[in-house]
Amino acid sequence: MRRRLADRVLFVYTWLIIIWLCLPIGVMILFGFNDTQGRFNQTWQGFTLKWYGRLFDIPDLTNALWRSVVIATLTMIIAGALGTLIGVALGRYRFRGHGSMNFIMFAAISSPELVMGASLLSLFVSAGAGLGVATILIAHVMFSISFVAVVVRARVITLDRNIEEAARDLGAGPWTTFRLVTLPMIFPAVIAGGLLAFALSIDDFVITNFTSGTTTTFPLWIWGVTRVGIPPQVNIMGTLIFAFGILIAIANSIAARRRLR
Amino acid sequence: MGGRLRTRLTPYALILPGGLWLLLFFVVPMVAMLSLSLQEGDVVSGYQLTFRWQTYVDGFTNYQEQIVRSLWYGLVTTVLQIVIAFPIAYWIAFRGGRRKSMYLFLLLLPFFVSFVLRTISWKFILTDEGLLLAPLKDLGLLPQEFHVLGTAPAVILGLTYNFLPFMVLPIYVALERVDPRVVEAARDLYASPVQVFRRVIFPLSLPGVFAGVLMTFVPASSDYVNSELLGSSNTFMIGQVIQRQYLSNQNYPTASALSFTLMGILLIGIFIYARVLGTEDVLKVAAR
Repeated sequence: MRRRLADRVLFVYTWLIIIWLCLPIGVMILFGFNDTQGRFNQTWQGFTLKWYGRLFDIPDLTNALWRSVVIATLTMIIAGALGTLIGVALGRYRFRGHGSMNFIMFAAISSPELVMGASLLSLFVSAGAGLGVATILIAHVMFSISFVAVVVRARVITLDRNIEEAARDLGAGPWTTFRLVTLPMIFPAVIAGGLLAFALSIDDFVITNFTSGTTTTFPLWIWGVTRVGIPPQVNIMGTLIFAFGILIAIANSIAARRRLR
Repeated sequence: MGGRLRTRLTPYALILPGGLWLLLFFVVPMVAMLSLSLQEGDVVSGYQLTFRWQTYVDGFTNYQEQIVRSLWYGLVTTVLQIVIAFPIAYWIAFRGGRRKSMYLFLLLLPFFVSFVLRTISWKFILTDEGLLLAPLKDLGLLPQEFHVLGTAPAVILGLTYNFLPFMVLPIYVALERVDPRVVEAARDLYASPVQVFRRVIFPLSLPGVFAGVLMTFVPASSDYVNSELLGSSNTFMIGQVIQRQYLSNQNYPTASALSFTLMGILLIGIFIYARVLGTEDVLKVAAR
C-alpha cells in the first residue's frame, strides 16, 4: 500500500517536471498567435493568425533562417559522412589509436562550448581567416562528428559479423560488401546521426556566436534583437522548427519499431 | 599479404577524414588559444609571442569574483539537478513500463527549441509585468516591487532548466542497467525498501550521477546566455567576461587566457572523470 502511494507521488512529480519543461515552449507557441501592436510581444492582446501570413516580412530574419537551414543541411551531410566512417572503424575494428580516438570524441562532446568557440576564434584570428558561413560550417561539423560517430558505433557493435563474412565468401570485395551489406544494415543509425547533426547545428548558439563574424544565423538574429523586442515571427519560426523536429523524431521511432518486428 | 596489410590499414583510412577534421578544428585551436594567450599586441599592429604569463595572473585577479560565482552557480545548479532528476529517472526506469521511451521523449522536448529561444521564453514568463508575476501581484500575493529577473535565482533556474535532460538521461541509463534480480535478491535477504535503495540501487546509479554531473556542471558554469538574458550585473559570470573580451573588446590575449583558465579548471574535472570512470557512459548517453 505504501509503495503504491510512493509510486503515485512519483508519477505526479514526473508529470509536473514535464509540464515545467514544456512551459516555455507553450509560451513560445502561444505568443506566435498574439495580436500584439508594437515589437514588444510580452503581454497577451488577443488571438490572431495574422503573423503566420506575415511570416517572411522581416527580410533579415528570413535570410538568417535560410542560412541556418543551409548550414544545418551541409553539416548533416559532411558530419554524417565523416562521423559514419569513424563509427564503423570504432565499432568494427580494434586498432592502435582506438582509445585516443574515443578520448578525443569524449573530449569534444564534454568540452564547454564556450571554450571550443573561443579556441576556434583564436585559430581563425591567428590565421587571419575571415569569419562567415564557411567558419560556422567548419565549427558545426567539428562538434557534430563525434555525436554521429557514437550513434553509428552503437549500431555497428550490434551487427552480426557473419553476414559480412558470407558476402566476402561469395566473392564480394570489401567495397561491395560495405555498399551492399554493411551500409544498408547501419543506414538507420546513419540517418539518426545525420538528423542529430542537423538539429545540433540549427539550434547552436554559443559556438556560432564566436565563429560567425557579422554573419547571422537564426539563433544569432534572435540574440541580437532581445533588447529591442522579439517579433512574433520568431515565435512562429521556433514553433515550426519545433513541430518539424517532433514529426521527424516520431517518424524515426515508428520506422525503428517497424524494423524490430 | 597485401590483403592483410590492407585490412590492417582500413580502420585508419576510415577515421582519417573525420579524425583530421577534429585534429585541425578541435585540438589545434586549443593550441592556438594557448599561444594567443601568451602573446602581446593588438588587432591593428598584430601580435607577438612573448610568453607573458602575467596575462593569466591579471585575468585571474581581475575576474576572480566572476570565476568563483560561475563555479558556485554551476555547483548549485548541479546539486539541484541531481535532486530533481533522480526521482524522475528512478520512476521511469523502474515504473515506466512500456511507456519508458515516451517519457524520455517528453523530457527531451525542450531540445527541439533553440537554446536562446527557450531562455528568452523564460524571460517572458519571469518579467515584472509578465505571465507569472503580474497575476500574483494583482491578487496582492506579492508586493509590487517584487521581481525575479536579474537575480541569482533566475539565472540558476534558467541553468537548471536548460541542462536538466543531461542529468536525467545518464542516471536513467545507469538505473535501467540495474538487474532486477539483484534488487529481488536484496529483498529476499530481508532488506527494507530503504536499505534496498541505499545499499543496492543508489550505489549502482552512481556512474550515471557522475556522468550527469560532468554533462551539466561543465556547460552550466561556462554559460553566458542565461546570465545575459535572465540576470543583471550582479550575476555576471565568467562566460560573459570571455564573450565580451573576445567579441566586443577584441582583447584576444586576455580573453584566451581567461578561456584557457576556465578550460583548465574544468579539464581537471573532465580528466579525473575519464581516468576513474572511463569515457563509455558519456558516449553512450550522447548516442541516445
